[in-house]
Amino acid sequence: MAKKTYQAGVKDYQSTYWTPDYIPLDTDLLACFKIVAQEGVPPEEAAAAVAAESSTGTWTTVWTDLLTDLDYYKGRAYRIEPVPGDDTAFYAFIAYPIDLFEEGSVVNVLTSLVGNVFGFKALRSLRLEDIRFPIAYVKTCGGPPNGIQVERDRMNKYGRALLGCTIKPKLGLSAKNYGMAVYECLRGGLDFTKDDENVNSQPFMRWRHRFEFVVEATLKAQAETGERKGHYLNVTASTPEEMYKRAEFAKELGAPIIMHDFFTGGFCANTGLANWCRDNGMLLHIHRAMHAVVDRNPYHGIHFRVLTKCLRLSGGDHMHSGTVVGKLEGDREATLGWIDTMRESFVPENRKRGLFFDQDWGSLPGVLPVASGGIHVWHMPALVNIFGDDSCLQFGGGTLGHPWGNAAGAAANRVAVEACTDARNEGRDVEREGKEVLTEAAQHSPELKIALETWKEIKFEFDTVDKLDI
Amino acid sequence: MDEIRPFGATERKGETFSYLPLLTPEKIRKQIAYLIAQGWSPAIEHTEPEKAFLNYWYLWKLPFFGEQSIERIMAEIEACKRANSGHMVRLTGFDNYTQSRGTAFIVYRAGR
Repeated sequence: MAKKTYQAGVKDYQSTYWTPDYIPLDTDLLACFKIVAQEGVPPEEAAAAVAAESSTGTWTTVWTDLLTDLDYYKGRAYRIEPVPGDDTAFYAFIAYPIDLFEEGSVVNVLTSLVGNVFGFKALRSLRLEDIRFPIAYVKTCGGPPNGIQVERDRMNKYGRALLGCTIKPKLGLSAKNYGMAVYECLRGGLDFTKDDENVNSQPFMRWRHRFEFVVEATLKAQAETGERKGHYLNVTASTPEEMYKRAEFAKELGAPIIMHDFFTGGFCANTGLANWCRDNGMLLHIHRAMHAVVDRNPYHGIHFRVLTKCLRLSGGDHMHSGTVVGKLEGDREATLGWIDTMRESFVPENRKRGLFFDQDWGSLPGVLPVASGGIHVWHMPALVNIFGDDSCLQFGGGTLGHPWGNAAGAAANRVAVEACTDARNEGRDVEREGKEVLTEAAQHSPELKIALETWKEIKFEFDTVDKLDI
Repeated sequence: MDEIRPFGATERKGETFSYLPLLTPEKIRKQIAYLIAQGWSPAIEHTEPEKAFLNYWYLWKLPFFGEQSIERIMAEIEACKRANSGHMVRLTGFDNYTQSRGTAFIVYRAGR
């Protein structure tokens, strides 16, 4: 095999890493990048450079390359496509051999794919649009500790979306007052309440006090309503040791669910916590603070659908998905693309939804999408239509802002979701007939009636910043 | 409108559709039609109200695998009710694809 000879110096990347005839293997990890190259750099060279810098290559030839079979290990740029409606950028498709990555390590995959290459000078900008994880790699990952069906069975919730609420104000309440807000929401009809992402263990409310009061509130509401209740206890902490300590205490108290911020906490901590949850029968809710920093700019960073795939591999039972209709960014078709990615066992390529590859999840459990952010009862018909039953709809201000308080706000939302689900099952077009469905339901629910009057005029109609390129 | 209406003591509920008025026979028929259209297997369960919180209720006969007749299911609900006075009756749709329940909701509460 020693046919190659060593020649020092700088070679074009494309001579090694641009392989347009290559047919990707079923075991290859495939990636699609959106690239804007520096002026004068041909697309093939830019794509090859990305393939090289995210796999085996560096800027110059080194003699130690010849000690291994680089053709076996190198990433290959195998296709280039124009970006519709944009002549500055193009898509580059790159195939990576599976042996480049440690088994079960999203951390390792990201370190290669979105590592140094993002600072590479020959590129003006770079965005990782999508990844196809081969089923062989998926099988090495733990994934969601429980999954949607197990959560339904544990929480005894069938045939409708789950309802939640983030307790506000986000910061500043004492533990006992906080527990009171939780209790009122849960006894009024919500399934879950939630710690906000930045509630960790601040001076005004240390984690242990919060956990004790909140679990008391949860258990009392559960006993009184006869329904299963939970509160996502945020165990995100400054160190993994502290995180596990908090998780252990939540379990000791009998809480059914905890939460973690996977992006600020990091994939290493997240995968560890997901494993802990699997071992300890605990549901895991995932928040996504910081995601918009990397996923919102259409020319730079990592698309949210990639973060979604990474989270599903790393592990989490719930994941925020955006609402389409609320106060936060999220195009409808793109959102449908990534909620399929969270829930389904096979998701086919669908460019209309921004999905560049078929993705086979095999038997990996699904993640429950969580719609949260500026939604209220008037959005319910659209939410039921967009998200279906396998979702958790979270109304923060839309519960706590009810003029009669949390319990009334919770009841209004619960009546609304059940009325919309009932109407859908009866074959009505809930999105179109939303107003009639809610008005009819309000006839036997004064709480819903007042909620409908309170939020009548609130809409969030801004254009989406990150649109699909179609 | 400005008057705050107190929420009152917490009421005992029963998961899906328990915040709507108890379903009328006409509405139950529509839900059964939906359940069958989803490809789920209808099943009837019942229990004493004080045991309603527990996962397992008494299974009435067996799930009605492949049953397409709404009236047959309505008749079974009626028979279950008659044979178990004072019990709550729940209709469940078993989903063999997810190995879970596609839906489950109470169709009868004694005394209401």
